[in-house]
Amino acid sequence: MQEQTTGQIESNRFESGLPAEDPTVAVFEEGDRGAVRRIQHFLHAYPTTIPFIVLLLSVLIFSLIVGSRFFAPLNLSLVLQQVTIIAVLGIAQTLIILTAGIDLSVGAIMVLSSIVMGRLAVINGVPVELAFPIGLVTGIACGAVNGALVTRLKLPPFIVTLGTWSIFNALVLFYSRSETLRQQDVEAVASFLQWTGYALNDGLRDVYGYLKLNMGSESWPEWAFRFGGARITYGSILMIIIAAVVWYILTRTAFGRHVYATGDDPDAARLAGINTNRTLLAVYTLAGLICAVGGWILIGRIGAVSPLGGQTANLDSITAVVIGGTSLFGGRGSIIGTLIGALIVGVFRNGLALAGLDALWQEFAVGVLIIVAVALDQWIRRVSL
Amino acid sequence: MSAVASRGDAMKPILEARNLVKRYGRVTALDHADFELRDNEILAVIGDNGAGKSTLIKVLAGAVIPDTGEVLLDGKSVHFRSPLDAREAGIETVYQNLALSPALSISDNLFLGREWRKPGWRGRWLRTLDRNRMRREARDHLNSLGLLTIQNIGQPVETLSGGQRQGVAVVRATAFGSRVIIMDEPTAALGVKESRRVLELMLDVKKRGLPIILISHNMPHVFEVADRIHIHRLGRRIAVIDPKRFGMSDAVAIMTGAMPPPPPAEWAA
Repeated sequence: MQEQTTGQIESNRFESGLPAEDPTVAVFEEGDRGAVRRIQHFLHAYPTTIPFIVLLLSVLIFSLIVGSRFFAPLNLSLVLQQVTIIAVLGIAQTLIILTAGIDLSVGAIMVLSSIVMGRLAVINGVPVELAFPIGLVTGIACGAVNGALVTRLKLPPFIVTLGTWSIFNALVLFYSRSETLRQQDVEAVASFLQWTGYALNDGLRDVYGYLKLNMGSESWPEWAFRFGGARITYGSILMIIIAAVVWYILTRTAFGRHVYATGDDPDAARLAGINTNRTLLAVYTLAGLICAVGGWILIGRIGAVSPLGGQTANLDSITAVVIGGTSLFGGRGSIIGTLIGALIVGVFRNGLALAGLDALWQEFAVGVLIIVAVALDQWIRRVSL
Repeated sequence: MSAVASRGDAMKPILEARNLVKRYGRVTALDHADFELRDNEILAVIGDNGAGKSTLIKVLAGAVIPDTGEVLLDGKSVHFRSPLDAREAGIETVYQNLALSPALSISDNLFLGREWRKPGWRGRWLRTLDRNRMRREARDHLNSLGLLTIQNIGQPVETLSGGQRQGVAVVRATAFGSRVIIMDEPTAALGVKESRRVLELMLDVKKRGLPIILISHNMPHVFEVADRIHIHRLGRRIAVIDPKRFGMSDAVAIMTGAMPPPPPAEWAA
């Protein structure tokens, strides 16, 4: 033992020693770290850097391959519309993956909510003011069921949501009778459900027309509402609002800290006084609500109410989250990363399509992206002193 | 230290346990165990593996509910149903695994589960965290225990060394523990230099008026900082010795049963 032989610490000595304590105990050796290690540390501190660089690179590469067509405002807004639903489900998925869980049922919850809204209003004659909130409550209930099974029965989230994915899908087929509600039928009684597919351009034009008529304001040229040909839907705006709200919750509230802590180390979180079960239940329920809003956006996107919509959305949402740098092991990740991840998927699919490649290569590229993203995550997590 | 311990007000028991019994099936973890922690002292609890000392500590920390027996805090009977109850009563525990969230920052960890919200409508309605206040207070807390060698209060705990993490856990306990700090094997995972820092930290905490219960297998560390040593054997307290009057080999011998425990008349005053 290399202890002091006196057996007692002379408190005075240590007291006086403290202010001038040799700081090398705590200083990290910046000098003898290789360039690779430094990059690893940087990425560890700023994990969204990689998806951001990948997004920039993919935009650059596709603009070189397909030229200016890629940057056409109409095309860019198309990419945005295509990623909106994946991004919304990705936000819900991020919440759950941050707690070290996974939700395979997000797509099914989305479709079930959209079917409930649509059929109640169109087939059962429920006023849309009532059918819409019932659809949202359906999503909340689905999420709460997932959360209750995970926290009360202590089942792995993968198994729970694999089961509820099947159950919710069965409910979709049962309630929809495998029928699609046609766009015209929905529009006739519940056009509100299609609002998420309307374009901001048209809305502004209408507001402006109203102002001009009633208040005689100066006339604006038509091109002011064209956004250079881009078509921004309310669904995309709603997606950005959801992202902002969830970002705020995760980064600026105690609940958000508890979500990270629960995913990072549940035992430590419990010992720190966090009710991890309540946190998990809240996360799954909130994810259910977000999926239900996704169902509303889905109706707007396809116009009709279809039990077959959003078939690939489940796995795409996980793809967006993982490519966005959120760790499947929980506790690390961000909403901004997920948005970038969804955009990367959208840019790849769009760019490859514009380049004239078969759709199978889109799948191929997305598969490569996932594996590279998870491999990078593992590498970054291995950072240690 | 013994001079301090013999002072009248220092004799006052802060945390006591009487006749604790805890059985797990046919295993008796606590067999009518007693415990007494006094004001202004570091009380070490030693015992062989399976002697029941961790069950004893869990009862005091609220993590285990005893079958019979009572726990008294400041002379009043208390019934902890969870670690949160014990925490609310002012008993903070530094667990061996530290119970920190590696990916969260130092200040997030210090305030985990008891975050400050911004004053006014933003805190009330938007539930916005007061991150500046938490960072400032975290820095003050680290400062007061001489731990500001940790440079960046916003850096994740996983980038800290073992000793620094222990420091963060101790600071968290002292920042909120108003009555008692329990430290479970605080030096077990540390190197020589880091162990030194943690032992100094314990003496600092004691100087600030918080009594400490130290659970450790490391006899030199126990003998260095403890004022009294509670020896646990076969589910009960068999002696409380004064480290001035007994050597390390005596303590180990009593703990393992190789030497009969001293009669209560010879226990540490």
